[in-house]
Amino acid sequence: MRPFSYSRATDARDALERFQPGTMYLGGGTNLVDLMRLGVARPDSLVDVTRLPYDTVEAAGDGLRIGAAVRNSDLAMHPVVRERYPMLARAVLSGASGQVRNMATVAGNLLQRTRCPYFQDISHPCNKRRPASGCPAIDGDHSGLAVFGHSEHCVATHPSDMAVALAALDARVHVTGPAGDRVVPMPGLHRLPDGEPERDTVLAAGELITAVELPPPPAGASHYRKVRERASFAFALVSVAAVLDVADGVVRDCRLALGGVAHAPWRAELAEAELRGAPATQEDFSRAAEAELSRARPLPRNAYKVPLARNLIVRTLQELVP
Amino acid sequence: MNRVEGRDKVTGRARYAYEYPAEDVAYAYAVQSPIAHGRIRSIDASEALATPGVLAVLSSADPPALGSRDDAELALFQTHEVAYHGQIVAAVVATTSETAREAAQYAVRIEYDAEPHHVRLRTDHCGLYRPDKVNPAFPTDTEQGDVAAGLARAAVTIDATYTTPTEHNNPMEPHASMAVWEENGDLTLFDSIQGASDDRDTIASVLGLPPERVRVISPHVGGGFGSKGTTRPNAILAALAARAVGRPVKIALTRQQMFDVTGYRTPTIQRVRLGADAAGRLTAITHDVVEQSSTIKEFAEQTATPTRVMYAAPARRTTHRLVRLHVPTPAWMRAPGEAPGMWALESAMDELAIAAGIDPIELRVLNEPAVEPESGLPFSSRNLVACLREGARRFGWANRDPEPGIRLEGRWLTGTGVAASTYPARRRPSRASAAVEDGDFVIRIAAADIGTGARTVLTGIAAQTLGSPAERVRVEIGDSALPRASLAGGSMGTASWGSAVVRACEALLKNGAEGTADTTEDVESDSGFARHAFGAQFAEVRVDIDTGEVRVPRLLGVFAAGRVLDEKLGRSQFIGGMTMGLGMALMEETVVDERSGAFLNHDLAQYHIATCADVRDIEAVWIEEEDPHLNPMGAKGIGEIGIVGTAAAIANAVYHATGRRIRDLPITPPKLLG
Ligand SMILES: Cc1cc2nc3c(=O)[nH]c(=O)nc-3n(C[C@H](O)[C@H](O)[C@H](O)COP(=O)(O)OP(=O)(O)OC[C@H]3O[C@@H](n4cnc5c(N)ncnc54)[C@H](O)[C@@H]3O)c2cc1C
Ligand code: SF4
Repeated sequence: MRPFSYSRATDARDALERFQPGTMYLGGGTNLVDLMRLGVARPDSLVDVTRLPYDTVEAAGDGLRIGAAVRNSDLAMHPVVRERYPMLARAVLSGASGQVRNMATVAGNLLQRTRCPYFQDISHPCNKRRPASGCPAIDGDHSGLAVFGHSEHCVATHPSDMAVALAALDARVHVTGPAGDRVVPMPGLHRLPDGEPERDTVLAAGELITAVELPPPPAGASHYRKVRERASFAFALVSVAAVLDVADGVVRDCRLALGGVAHAPWRAELAEAELRGAPATQEDFSRAAEAELSRARPLPRNAYKVPLARNLIVRTLQELVP
Repeated sequence: MNRVEGRDKVTGRARYAYEYPAEDVAYAYAVQSPIAHGRIRSIDASEALATPGVLAVLSSADPPALGSRDDAELALFQTHEVAYHGQIVAAVVATTSETAREAAQYAVRIEYDAEPHHVRLRTDHCGLYRPDKVNPAFPTDTEQGDVAAGLARAAVTIDATYTTPTEHNNPMEPHASMAVWEENGDLTLFDSIQGASDDRDTIASVLGLPPERVRVISPHVGGGFGSKGTTRPNAILAALAARAVGRPVKIALTRQQMFDVTGYRTPTIQRVRLGADAAGRLTAITHDVVEQSSTIKEFAEQTATPTRVMYAAPARRTTHRLVRLHVPTPAWMRAPGEAPGMWALESAMDELAIAAGIDPIELRVLNEPAVEPESGLPFSSRNLVACLREGARRFGWANRDPEPGIRLEGRWLTGTGVAASTYPARRRPSRASAAVEDGDFVIRIAAADIGTGARTVLTGIAAQTLGSPAERVRVEIGDSALPRASLAGGSMGTASWGSAVVRACEALLKNGAEGTADTTEDVESDSGFARHAFGAQFAEVRVDIDTGEVRVPRLLGVFAAGRVLDEKLGRSQFIGGMTMGLGMALMEETVVDERSGAFLNHDLAQYHIATCADVRDIEAVWIEEEDPHLNPMGAKGIGEIGIVGTAAAIANAVYHATGRRIRDLPITPPKLLG
């Protein structure tokens, strides 16, 4: 591990002031410290932001404001989250293990790096880790990687479960930075790789996430369903966050986001458009799923994700019909 | 019995190799090859050596003197040749482990001349050859009767190819060592190893020392599953590094490094052909195996050997072919041979049962041999049928409808499957001593407790022989200075060590002061019988029809393994093996990157083993088996049989649930989708 300095910020201004080129913010460290050990992340200094006053979940109008330093476990166990946003609680609980969730923070979860195996091993080239070095996953093992929105430079997926639920809930990410405060919508925080796979998100250097704001919960029933070959402690092959509001057999509104399929949580807008106003039947769910998957571009070893995503969308929606 | 060292372990007092304190200790970290085949052109360690805290860099630029280079995996830094991705090519020794790692990764500049590499096992590889023997000393091929005629006259035949992927042992404790050179030139090695005596001998030979100048200490070992069965490069590296810097040196391999240099289970491609007459009696069995080794060392897994033991058939053939690839050398992983071999044979038996319209249990009963099929030796005891019958009764097999793909519960298809298990019951020579000290009995033997409870079971064996309460017996193990013992492997530990402990205790009872034993002669006279444990495994599975996820709500194993010496320890071994078998069935697979030759998913976030959530209702029971031909305890080894057959039972249940026969492990959702 490269020598680095460590300091603990007391508030956002303090954190921003401590930030310099080569600095990284430290949340629970469950991703960053691993990457430092592997030689993938090589910061000069860490600024610990877990003691910032962002460790509470509070009502915000009819919605909720979740501090960036709230631990994943606390978020999933929060009574209001469980009651009003059960899909979010489920998504968080489906990720990692109890021990990791106890350490992991909300901001750290959003900004965790891809699990692409080449990215995590410095003996391989990787455009995301070392720009312009190449992407061995495209001709190699991409079985866990993207089927939507990837580029010739990178086919990585974003691994977070929580982010998928947040994308379906139209969450808003509050950010402060050298250039002031701003709000980034979800989806919208994570970018597609295009020609710059080294950039996971739209955040600029030094920008600090302070909170995630949830609008009032959407009407209807919701569910988060994650597919994995092992029953626990595994990243999603594909996951879906779904909200379905049905009245008199007709879909009034629908939110669908997919995980494990793209460089960002993938909001299935084509499927949603297909569904709004349509009858809530299996055929219509299938048609909507097909509409979304028509823009999938699977690679040889991850083609299974297309039928998997289709089945998962249809099945999950069917289970949400009252 | 409860573990005698349980309290020490849960309170953190039990010391593992890396945890021993030493003054002025330094740390070593290995530099590994990023190419799979080629030569080192140049090594520039100047930047590393200029780094504050770095004490030395070891590499083939200045090959350290060794006593033996016979084992190329242990002969560190002797050559510029690179045989596989991840091979140890240099090492940095520094005052902290972080400094050593950083310098190893970023400050040792090595240039390579890469050559083309081959890392994928194929049945049409031009380099396939017939090894002289398979692990440890079985004949490579066997043939009896007229196989072609047997298949030709069969009413039903099965001809199918089954594969297993590369799998890694992944014990919890990483391979770790600390080397301390004493003033007189003796070496003390704290090592995470499955057998201190053999480890001592190997280290002494590699370093060119007489064995008595080396002492290996390893009282507690956090698992091995075979990967710590032989000396690993970490021990040699610690010794060489300590010699180079004149200080004690510690090394703990990272999880990623363990994938490269501590062994793994070879991938296998296995063709099985079965012929049976109309009544279901086998007319022929063939089992042809293709597997790999590295270019620097031969390891030929004995994959088809269980087929020589399991079923009666007048015509039979087993073969093993090996190809040397640019990969690390494969080695033992829990039940080498039996685990992959029985996956294929027991899947094929299920296919045969279906093709012949016979219940899979009845098919196995029908083909039960009177003697060991290939050797003609009588079995010392064989209770496979009893295991199948008892399992059927407990599992509720009786009213099973064999029709596949018809039981839908919600969106889950359910099914059940059965498979047989077997594992040889052997023992090796060992020595032990028994004495009375301060009013207590003290037993000494260089046995290893790798988490199995060996220390505890030996305490029980000694207490029983001596007629003493267990509290009055202390067992000292895990030190090569103790009476020489065989290693914890091949399910031979308890049988080998227990034999010596019983004899030593008997000698003590006779002469009243001290008893010693050496079982070399006893073991040499172990002939005349085929000795194997048997078992039957039953699985219930659910398969999500939309996602292809497989879950295993129920696993039952019924075993016949002689006398089970301790109920609690025995059950742990059986269900531990079955749990690993579940992982083998559904998730364990090391992905090999063809471009680089690297193992890709080399950590526990990516290489999946079964979690608690995967194991629901698991039970292991056993049949009381009286077998006078084994050892003084009447016990057969139980460390490995639990993993044998589990994967086939699960695959057979997946077929029953879905009508899909998966012949390539692991059975993951993509294979069941669409
Ligand atoms: C074995 C394992 C399995 C896992 N399985 C899953 C899974 O199934 N599903 C899943 O979703 N996740 C999984 N995870 C990932 C886990 O959720 C993340 O590691 C965790 O959420 C990261 O949070 P952290 O606080 O520890 O982040 P850190 O590791 O501290 O930081 C992560 C990144 O966020 C940045 N950062 C942190 N806080 C801020 C802030 N306030 N503002 C700006 N930048 C910030 C850091 O600089 C760093 O780049 C797994 C992790 C492990 C180790
Ligand atoms: S997919 Fe992206 S992260 Fe993976 S190797 Fe290619 S560039 Fe790197």
